[in-house]
Amino acid sequence: MSVATESPAPRNYEVVPKTSPEGSELDGELLEVAMGPQHPSTHGVFRMDVVLDGETVVKLKPVFGYLHRNHEKIAENTSYLGSMPYTDRLDYFCSLTNNWAYALAVEKLAGLQVPERAEFIRVITAELTRLQNHTSVCGFLLQDMGALGTPLMYAFREREKILDLFESLTGARMMCNYMRFGGCRCDLPPGWLDRVRKIVGDFPQFLDSYEALLNTNEILLARTQGVGRLPRELAISAGVTGPMLRACGVDYDIRKVDHYGIYDRFEFRIPLGEQGDVYDRYMIRLLEIRESLKILQQALKEVPGGPIIDPKAKLRSFRPKVGEAYGRIEGPKGELGFYLISDGSPNPYRYRVRPPSLINLTILEDMCLGQSVADAVVTLGSVDIVLGEVDR
Amino acid sequence: MIEEGLKNELAKQGVVLTTLQELYNWGRGNSVWPLSFGLACCAIEMMAASMAKWDIARFGSEVFRPSPRQADLMIVAGTVTKKMAPQVVRLYNQMPEPKYVIAMGACAISGGPFKQGYNVLKGIDRLLPVDIHIPGCPPRPEALLHALITLQKKIEIEALTGPNRPRHLDADAPSEFPVPQFGEHDIVPAMNPLLWKPTQVVR
Amino acid sequence: MESLEQIKIRLEAAVPGAKLEILPNESPSGQHSLLLDNAHAVALARFLRDDAQLRFDYCSNMTGVDWPDTEITSKVKVKKVIDGVEKEVDEVTKTARPGFLEGVYHLYSMAMKHGPLILRLRTGNRKDQVQLPSFTPVWRSCEFQEREVYDLFGVVFDGHPDLRRILMWDEFRDHPMRKDYSEPDDYEYEPTPHDDVLEKSKRHQAAKGTL
Ligand code: SF4
Repeated sequence: MSVATESPAPRNYEVVPKTSPEGSELDGELLEVAMGPQHPSTHGVFRMDVVLDGETVVKLKPVFGYLHRNHEKIAENTSYLGSMPYTDRLDYFCSLTNNWAYALAVEKLAGLQVPERAEFIRVITAELTRLQNHTSVCGFLLQDMGALGTPLMYAFREREKILDLFESLTGARMMCNYMRFGGCRCDLPPGWLDRVRKIVGDFPQFLDSYEALLNTNEILLARTQGVGRLPRELAISAGVTGPMLRACGVDYDIRKVDHYGIYDRFEFRIPLGEQGDVYDRYMIRLLEIRESLKILQQALKEVPGGPIIDPKAKLRSFRPKVGEAYGRIEGPKGELGFYLISDGSPNPYRYRVRPPSLINLTILEDMCLGQSVADAVVTLGSVDIVLGEVDR
Repeated sequence: MIEEGLKNELAKQGVVLTTLQELYNWGRGNSVWPLSFGLACCAIEMMAASMAKWDIARFGSEVFRPSPRQADLMIVAGTVTKKMAPQVVRLYNQMPEPKYVIAMGACAISGGPFKQGYNVLKGIDRLLPVDIHIPGCPPRPEALLHALITLQKKIEIEALTGPNRPRHLDADAPSEFPVPQFGEHDIVPAMNPLLWKPTQVVR
Repeated sequence: MESLEQIKIRLEAAVPGAKLEILPNESPSGQHSLLLDNAHAVALARFLRDDAQLRFDYCSNMTGVDWPDTEITSKVKVKKVIDGVEKEVDEVTKTARPGFLEGVYHLYSMAMKHGPLILRLRTGNRKDQVQLPSFTPVWRSCEFQEREVYDLFGVVFDGHPDLRRILMWDEFRDHPMRKDYSEPDDYEYEPTPHDDVLEKSKRHQAAKGTL
């Protein structure tokens, strides 16, 4: 890998319309479009200010903040545990991985150990979260390409099954608020593991039919292959993580790099792409689902007994020592990190979320320049953003 | 008015009697088209309600319209931030009458968990007239369906004439509301005094 | 990965004149950080990115921290003779620490798979010397995160190509993540307020005359 001498600079520039020597009257007209914040293809309240030359994107500036809910400020005025339910609402598709990332950062800050049973439960819930996130993202991506209904309906049908599992475990479908510092909130209900086994066993069948329906679909290939290409140096420099990064062929998965939790006990592979285009991102997600299923199958074999929370962990009047910690996990969207500074009081002095969705958007303009505006929509869909996390 | 028992008896014989008001409200109530407009987490539950498991199409509302010009119902699903509030009001103003608003979730009702945030509007009813509130964080899809049924009941009994007639039949009632502007510290105005009065705390 | 001391020595050799300081972290995480001086920060960052053994090609997290003016109280035990008897007495010294804003960077290496290395930069004060050098030319991932710190903390990044507000609207004047920011008083209060909320609620009621 060559070392980039300078990171490819972001641009702040004026666009001058191209004029051809014949000077047709349609030349030289630029169209500025504000796509969003209410736009069916922007996955919530995201806005892109696009400058178009005909159909071609010549400038694209994302505008954020329409869902800036002051999560960090509120967390700095709340106790450590009080922020746990708020993390659910960051990336509202994957509340359990958010819980885990936050719990991990606090465990680093306070030096807590997690019992083995809790680690297994965490892996199982996190991988289930990844399953439902990736299936829904593929559905949304197809919806952006105009396949209204069918793929998304299938994806949501499977998602509902997993949400039912979450509901019986944690009491809520989406906002699980399940993990605690040093463990989990409550033990598995009876028969829960068997239900997971059943769903995990059936999932490949759904995936096969989903892939048979879509993977070789001509429209899908035409709309995704070679679209929104991301060079690998740029991806690294821009801090892109998750399936987006691996689609560019960079082998970087925090489950393998940091060995957090008990991921080093399981055998799984990291799917890598070659082109870094939308199709690769789509395929990487489908392949990751299969790897997650492998992890789940191994984890479900032997869930040990024992306590589910570190007996040293205090729920009330929890005051970590003065210091700071940064904890990160491989969320379904990318590296989700929490940075905490403690000043010895019950509230964190500084609480910061490292949002993968926001940082993956850094290179949105670079990916979309020179493409048609319809492809910009597909490219955005392949980034997989959730606005709760982008704006926090 | 025709007697209810007689009407039912006639209906069995294949004779349908109705009034203009009933017919009009029946038609409107069973084809409420929502604006497809999601703000935050609650929007995912709104989507789930429109998917196979809950199937909002049973109630005639599966036609989510991306354009406000074609929509009858605005489901404010999620946190309204101050940066987003002008757009929400503008979208509402662009909808044609008759129009209804469902405030879905704790955030849309009062700011919910984020109510202490500096950029969070503490309830959409400060700026818009809300017909139905659904509490919950997020409300389950069943709750959204219940709200829709409640709205249909509300539409069903709307009188076409008289002093209690709905806003869209009253030429004097406003159908547009002022759009707040971005100020240096807050949006101005932060609320519409015609619609919202601060709650008096009584102890 | 080399230890922080080694990195510091190598950095000082590579960029002459650079002043570096290791800031220890007592928490069990053991993530110590390195304070850079602003004048040489970009050169140091370039070295960290390009050095063959370090290769910190990935700046994961960039954020700001606000440290308002405070007094640091430190207790030292001193022996004193009181009434003819030698006693150990706590001597409390108070030093005023002027406030500053801080930029924190978490670096990892994707090529060598190590990290984190934590860098810190500090501004002169919180009012008029709020400039920090921008790392966007070195790591592109800082682009939006530095804009966010500019928006919420008011740190001005020299050399940032496109420094605008990112989360709040352009007309907004405050920097809400600073510790002394007071938000617009516009929320209804809980029926049973306590602690901070009670204080706020009292102030609110005094101002608005409700209740
Ligand atoms: S009410 Fe809860 S679920 Fe709904 S938008 Fe607000 S935080 Fe999200």
